[in-house]
Amino acid sequence: MKLTPLFVGALTLALAGTASAQTITIATVNNGDMIRMQGLSDRFTEETGIELNWVVLEENTLRQNVTTDIATNGGQYDVMTIGTYEVPIWARQEWLVPLDALGDDPEYDVDDLLPPIRDGLSVDGTLYAAPFYGESSFIMYRTDLMESAGLEMPEAPTWDFIAEAARAMTDRDNDINGICLRGKAGWGENMAFLTAMSNSFGARWFDENWQPQFDQPEWKETLDFYISLMNDAGPSGASSNGFNENLTLFQQGKCGMWIDATVAASFVTNPDDSTVADQVGFALAPDNGLGKRANWLWAWSLAIPTGSQQHEAAAQFINWATSKAYLELVAAEEGWANVPPGTRTSLYENPEYQDAAPFAQMTLDSINAADPNNPTVDPVPYVGVQFVAIPEFQGIGTNVGQLFSAVLAGQMSVDDALAQAQAATLRDMTRAGYVK
Amino acid sequence: MATRQTRALARTMMAPAVIVLLIWMAVPLAMTLWFSFQNYSLINPMMTGFAGWANYTYVIGDPSFTQALVNTLLLVGGVLVITIVGGTFIALLLDQPVWGQGILRILVISPFFVMPPVAALIWKNGFMHPGYGMLGHLARWLGLPPVDWFAQYPLFSIIIIVAWQWLPFATLILLTALQSLSEEQREAAEMDGANAANRFRYIILPHLARAITIVILIQTIFLLGIFAEIRVTTGGGPGYASTNIAYLVFRTGILSNDIGAGSAGGVVAVIIANIVAIFLMRAVGRNLDA
Amino acid sequence: MARNVSTQSRIGFTIGAWLVALLIFAPILWTALTAFKTEAEAIASPPTFLPRTFTLDNFEAVQDRSDYIKHAINSIIVSVGSTLIGLAIAIPAAWSMAFAPSKRTKDILMWMLSTKMMPAVGVLIPIYLIFRDLRLLDTVHGLTVIMTLINLPIIVWMLYTYFKEIPVDILEAARMDGAELWNEIVYVLVPMAVPGIASTLLLNVILAWNEAFWTITLTSGRAGTLTAFISSFSSPQGLFLAKLSAASLLAIAPILLLGWFSQRQLVRGLTFGAVK
Repeated sequence: MKLTPLFVGALTLALAGTASAQTITIATVNNGDMIRMQGLSDRFTEETGIELNWVVLEENTLRQNVTTDIATNGGQYDVMTIGTYEVPIWARQEWLVPLDALGDDPEYDVDDLLPPIRDGLSVDGTLYAAPFYGESSFIMYRTDLMESAGLEMPEAPTWDFIAEAARAMTDRDNDINGICLRGKAGWGENMAFLTAMSNSFGARWFDENWQPQFDQPEWKETLDFYISLMNDAGPSGASSNGFNENLTLFQQGKCGMWIDATVAASFVTNPDDSTVADQVGFALAPDNGLGKRANWLWAWSLAIPTGSQQHEAAAQFINWATSKAYLELVAAEEGWANVPPGTRTSLYENPEYQDAAPFAQMTLDSINAADPNNPTVDPVPYVGVQFVAIPEFQGIGTNVGQLFSAVLAGQMSVDDALAQAQAATLRDMTRAGYVK
Repeated sequence: MATRQTRALARTMMAPAVIVLLIWMAVPLAMTLWFSFQNYSLINPMMTGFAGWANYTYVIGDPSFTQALVNTLLLVGGVLVITIVGGTFIALLLDQPVWGQGILRILVISPFFVMPPVAALIWKNGFMHPGYGMLGHLARWLGLPPVDWFAQYPLFSIIIIVAWQWLPFATLILLTALQSLSEEQREAAEMDGANAANRFRYIILPHLARAITIVILIQTIFLLGIFAEIRVTTGGGPGYASTNIAYLVFRTGILSNDIGAGSAGGVVAVIIANIVAIFLMRAVGRNLDA
Repeated sequence: MARNVSTQSRIGFTIGAWLVALLIFAPILWTALTAFKTEAEAIASPPTFLPRTFTLDNFEAVQDRSDYIKHAINSIIVSVGSTLIGLAIAIPAAWSMAFAPSKRTKDILMWMLSTKMMPAVGVLIPIYLIFRDLRLLDTVHGLTVIMTLINLPIIVWMLYTYFKEIPVDILEAARMDGAELWNEIVYVLVPMAVPGIASTLLLNVILAWNEAFWTITLTSGRAGTLTAFISSFSSPQGLFLAKLSAASLLAIAPILLLGWFSQRQLVRGLTFGAVK
């Protein structure tokens, strides 16, 4: 094999880059704000001399890779991008490094973090992840279509109004759908929306004895409402639409309303990407008069796995990426409307941001309205608005999401889906030891 | 012919390959077997200890298990039928004296060079998307409502994508076999006044039997484990409509982080693969004998 | 092919063959065209065939986000490296199976093939744990080892089928002349087997290049191959079809070109013993 030396040489060459400077590996999601962070991260390297090795993955792949790595203590990553679902669970298992250093840094000003977000990322008062951007969900709607339908959107609408408006705005001949909602299966996709929606219908995942509640009328009401609304006023192919697909539809002017993450507000009002940028209005997520609204709470956050060998450099990076200075950097480079929202009180007090982001107050109100510790009308044994903060939820939520997505695709009836969801969830909860 | 010395030599030369593969098979398989009898969840360190058969009953009791089994066979069978029938047809066409043979062949084999995630992504977004996919545009142009492929025909859509990737492989093997059919045989048949259908039935098809066997054997090995295409397009849904055994194992072991049950699923999948292999060897093995 | 075919039917066959070939090639062609359109044009309805405004922005955006060259180099090292190592192990094995077959040869061959039927997802965690302990996670050589093992059965099988076609008499004759075993291999066997080895090499480079499970799960930043590269472009935010097409085109271009230029070698040997 004459080629062997050549091969070894190439291999050495490929590995040589890692030896010289200090390099940390960052795993993140391929969302717009993270891509922007990646683009601006040269500044961090200039300031500190720490090289960054980016792993940008699609959300599901990222989640699988970081979970496998942290659970087996693989040590592949120094900084991980995770959400409010993972942080409390992983922190309790001592898989994450506490971020005490952030609290000691006056410039970082940890008290400036929005309280609901900070709570969601802390366990027993200790912060385990720093929020990169935070979000709730609300209604984005087309002011022009609403007007031509002869309706006026209240600031805090009910589901009945939404249904009426959606049907009135639908114009299938011109490819305008009254409402776009998530339908793609996944605990972070359609189940995030449907769980939040079910809260406003008085439904819950489990009763206080961890008994699944899909056999209760509230869930049937939720799902019937959702399916009939989507059949009458939703886009074709809705069962494969997630956040990104609906964003595209809305930007193309094909949705009258869209209930989704508050971070989308800056994308749909950005004239570079959106054809309807100056015709977008915002309203709180709908309710049914039961005291809970259909809005969720989420924060994509940066955390350090205990398996990392470079805690200090990693903490330095997290400090940089979630600092006030980073927000100012983005504002200087790309304008205030594009800074990662939903993490800091000071941002919402900044007049420049308020001017640039007409949705700022509505976003803040939505975030503050979400209560992860008390998410449902009836009492529940779990924490989390659009998820249940137990390790098993990823699997269970995705399973149920598959079934509900099948209803939307017309492959299954609401009753069958609920019965199967009940059976499957009971099976998994029994296996995990919650249900005796 | 083989002396004792050459036989010993032969064994020595075979040893590295055999040993390497033995380790590759035995170590992970043994670990998988071990895990399959353990309570082992990646995200729940509380779950420990001997599980007995619990993981196996859990996996086999999965509501989607039977459907996943059927889907696996449909997926393998569907792709085999499409690639062999289509491959034979294209091979016959390319075997004719047509203009531009070289370019034609390049065009036809190209899908084989496309990695599975890319194939799935371009079919999903560029072709099968009801809004901006090519097939959607085509439907609208014909005045038909666009088909939402992955919602309405999920398994069929995946079969199409996978068949597209493997069609070149089948075509090439069949074409090579076809071209080895001697001119005399063809001419003799033509002299006998056999028409095209009969020539195909009695001369060409028997000649292709061995090639078809090979195509079935090699493709089945790859098709049993189809995973990336499902992951990228339907995620096994809607419902369980496009979940195959490999995806079920993935959902249990990786998405739900239940290594115990996932390993049990892996062992079940190995058993199923071996059953298929035995059938395959029985059915096609005769054709392979030297 | 010196068959007498009327011009008329030749035209008919030509049209038919071109239609079929273009149909098969359409997804790749469409992707290539879309890669040069603007995002808005990419999803326009009715669609445009050729890009109205020809743009390279998508490629720039893709390169900005993901280091294409690094991923491509990793792909090349892993696919070529694993194939060369595989050949080094497989050639002697296939040689002995073909020229000194025993009763068990066929069983061993079938057993080797059956190791390929093990579903990758079922053994992910064991492999991940082993890789962690051997410090092989996210390394190019770790990935090369896995790829070698995965494709070894196919390499052995392919080589075996070629070697079997080499007439034994020639080897006997060489042996009569007092040729050493080594010389026998180098001067007699290798020249006869080169087309087969070349074709095996090509096929396995392609298979390793396109492998998309281990390459994604066992790598993070440093050793990521082009399959990991493409994974960061699936379902991102906003309009993405044109960027996705550009990334797809970049990911498949090297192997597509290799395949096109070497298709004669690939095709000549790609029989798996289908032709006797």
